[in-house]
Order: sequence, then structure tokens, then C-alpha cells
Amino acid sequence: MAEILLKVAGLHAWYGESHILHGVDFQVGRGELVTLLGRNGVGKTTTLRSIMGIVEKRTGSIAFAGRETVGQPSDTIARQGLAYCPEERGIFSSLNVEENLLLPPVVKPGGMSVDEIYRLFPNLLERRRSQGTKLSGGEQQMLAIGRILRTGANLLLLDEPTEGLAPVIVQRIGDIISELKDRGFTILLVEQNFHFAARVADRHYVMEDGKVVDMIAAAEVEQNRAKLQAYLGV
Amino acid sequence: MAQVAIGLVNGAFYAMLSLGLAVIFGMLNVINFTHGAQFMMGAFAAWLLLGHLDVPFWASLILSPLLVGLFGVILERLLLKRIYHLDHLYGFLLTFGLALIIEGLAQWKWGSSGAPYPAPITGGTNLGFMIMPTYRLFVVVAALVVCLATWYGIERTRLGAYLRAATENPTLVRAFGINVPRLITLTYGLGVALAALAGVLAAPIQQVSALMGTNLVLVVFAVVVIGGMGSIMGSIVTGFGLGLIEGLTKVYYPPASNTVIFVVMALVLLVKPAGLFGQKR
Repeated sequence: MAEILLKVAGLHAWYGESHILHGVDFQVGRGELVTLLGRNGVGKTTTLRSIMGIVEKRTGSIAFAGRETVGQPSDTIARQGLAYCPEERGIFSSLNVEENLLLPPVVKPGGMSVDEIYRLFPNLLERRRSQGTKLSGGEQQMLAIGRILRTGANLLLLDEPTEGLAPVIVQRIGDIISELKDRGFTILLVEQNFHFAARVADRHYVMEDGKVVDMIAAAEVEQNRAKLQAYLGV
Repeated sequence: MAQVAIGLVNGAFYAMLSLGLAVIFGMLNVINFTHGAQFMMGAFAAWLLLGHLDVPFWASLILSPLLVGLFGVILERLLLKRIYHLDHLYGFLLTFGLALIIEGLAQWKWGSSGAPYPAPITGGTNLGFMIMPTYRLFVVVAALVVCLATWYGIERTRLGAYLRAATENPTLVRAFGINVPRLITLTYGLGVALAALAGVLAAPIQQVSALMGTNLVLVVFAVVVIGGMGSIMGSIVTGFGLGLIEGLTKVYYPPASNTVIFVVMALVLLVKPAGLFGQKR
């Protein structure tokens, strides 16, 4: 594996009284595309939110590029080069498409230009003056991904980008995620849709009950199909 | 027509004050009951600056909002930020209590009779239908400029986009790397500075007194409710509009002029509970 960009060790997280993560361990190498798989409620989203620093309480270690981030507020974490695309997409209704796209500040040099992003997502250019939440579900997802490409962040945390989208849009999002990997982005992807995840990822971590229980490399997916089906309940 | 012009002067104050309240409420979710006291502080700052340091009105117009805005920033850092996670009621109690303390202190130090502040512009301007004191004309124009500039800043600039986004989803905006707590502090400072600016502008028209903000702020809260909580354009339009309505009522049925705004508020609440420009939250 290449240089380790993100290393999570013994991560616990809580929402109020409920203890969601019970010691999560995994790592992501620079330039890798890694997925977190698992059924609903096993803690995949909470893991992403913990990395971003937006859970109420977390303990353990999350090292980004060798620097510990547990204990830092989320704006400080983001400025080190992490960008988050939430499950609910988080498009702002009081901002138009272009304002949504330009909202996340540039944290590092080397991000994509607005023109490049519009080339990747031509629909957004057409609708740049529309209110953000007037877009279709697929367009909103593209906007949510597009706006974090400008910032220069090199680790993208994508939470279920295909949820609730038509197959043709899922296909398109898959192409875009592969293209982003080719451009050198490191991607941590949370997915329920295993067929989608299998198409794009280098490695898969499987989560159960707030822990990572298994790791399966892309090349080993075929041998482990039965085991994966049991994990995911598909 | 003369009453219309006077109504516009009142409307200018309503608009500036309700704009500050709207900006603060939108971002902090706190109804700033200290607003009237901060308006008074603006007037007092100008009066003290003139009396003790010979600072002219025009310099106070900038200096006083800066000083009172800074006071707001300190207030937010020390007190307000501790109550954001609590119910609205606590924000109400805290800011209302602060208003009582500030006004009480001013009353204790300077009494409640009030002191005059010399008008920086004298003379009148002939508008064709009436001769209006030039200073009042200046107040209306200045308020309009300040209101529109604030609207532009919030609706058309990058910082404004941060503000609007942070109003909707502060957690996510912060996860993009924006220091939201600082943005909140600045917003409160800006809202308070707007109140202080209105106070400086009011000083030559009203007496500078400890309770000058108390009555005004009651009307302003009605304006905010009518315009719609947190709506920027709503505050501006409703502020000037209600000043006009109040002025016209003075012409046609003077006894109702003090209550007409509250009657309008009741009617608007019956028909559009979110206010004329408000959105359901």
C-alpha cells in the first residue's frame, strides 16, 4: 500500500447517551478508493462524521497525513485537506447553484477550477442561477460532489452518493468517482449498493455493530462473495 | 404629505432597527431584546464623545457604531454563545435582563430626563409640497443607503453566502472549513452596530435619554413580526412601510396612530402567520 493518508484506530463515538462506534480501525492509502460497507445502522455514516469532527463525542485516534485530528473542531480538520459530501447532500436552499458550488473555501492549492467542474457536470452550468434545492436528486448529488472538488482537499468523504438515484445517474456518478480517483483524489466511500462499490473501489472494509470486522481487496471479492452476502444481507 | 415625510423618518429608524434584529435572529436564533438599549448606547456614545472629547457628529457616525458593536462582540463571546443550545426562552431572558441592566445603569448615571444633541445640519429643504428639515431628509437617505448596503452584503457577496448557508446548516458550513463561531460573533456585532448607528442618527431628533430605545423597540418588534422573522428585505420594506402607515394614520385618525402598527401586526398574523416576507422554518 502507498503512503498512509488516513489512519483510524480505536475510534469510539457517541450521540448523546448512545455509544455508536466501538473501536473502529482501518486505514486509507494516498490515492486509494476505499469503501465502508455494511447494513443500515452499523456506524458507517458516524465514522465519516467522526473523521470530519461533527459528532458530539469521540475518542481514539484519527490521523490525517500523520497528524492527530481527534479533539480539533471540524473547521480546523477541513482546512487540513478533508472534504465531506453528506448523505443528505446538504444543498443550501438560500443559495443558488453557483453560490453552493463556490461556498466551501479553498483550503489548499491544487483543487479543480470552476470550469473543470462545470465540464464534469454540464447540467450544473445550465442551471447555475437556479435555487440549489430546485435541482433534481441526481443534480443535487453532482452539486454536492462538485463543490468539494474546488477546495484542494485531497481526501474526499462521500456518504452514499447513489442513494435514491435512477440507475443511469448511478452509472454516471460511478464514472465520475473513477475519474476523480484517476485524477489522484483519495476517496473514502460509504455505500449500501455493493454492485456500485465493487465497480470502483480498491478495497472494502466491512462494518458491523460499530466496528470494522473484515477487509476485502477488490481482487478477492469473487472468492468472498458468499461471505460478503452474509455481511450485507443481500 | 408632511405626515408622509415624517412617517418616512420614523420608518427609517424602524427599518434600521428591525434589520439588525433580523440579521441577528437569522444567524443566532436569538431574539435580541437588548436592541433598544444598544440603540440608546449608540446615541449616548455620540453624546459623550461630543461632550467630553469634542468629537463631531460625523465622526461619531462611524465611531459610535464601532464602539457599541465591539461591546456587542464582547457580549456575544462572554454570554450569548453559552445559550445557543438552549430554548429560545433563555435568549429572551438573557437579552431582556441585559437591556434592563444597561438602561438602569444609564438612568442611574445620567437620569431619565434626557439631554439635547445639536443637529449637525440645520435649515430646511423645500420638497415642493413641504419644507422638510434637511437633517431629517438626510436620515431617511442615510437609512435607505445603509439598509440597501446591508441587503447587498448579505444577498450578493461571498461573506453573505457564508452567512445564509450557516443560518441553514451551521454544522456543514463549519465542516467545509469556515469558522462559524467567529461568523456568529461578527454577525451579532454587525446587528448591534446597526442599532447604534440608528441611535446616533436619532440623537439630534430625539432627546438622548436612558429610555429612548424602550418604546421604539416595542414597535420594532411588531415590524419584525409583520415582515417575517429573519427576512432581510422584509425588515426594510416593512420598516419604511409601517412608518408611512403610522404617519398617514396621524392625518386621518390621530387617536389610532399609536396602535395602528399593532393592529396591522394582528391582521398579518391572522392571514400570514410567518409574516409578509417570512418563510416557514
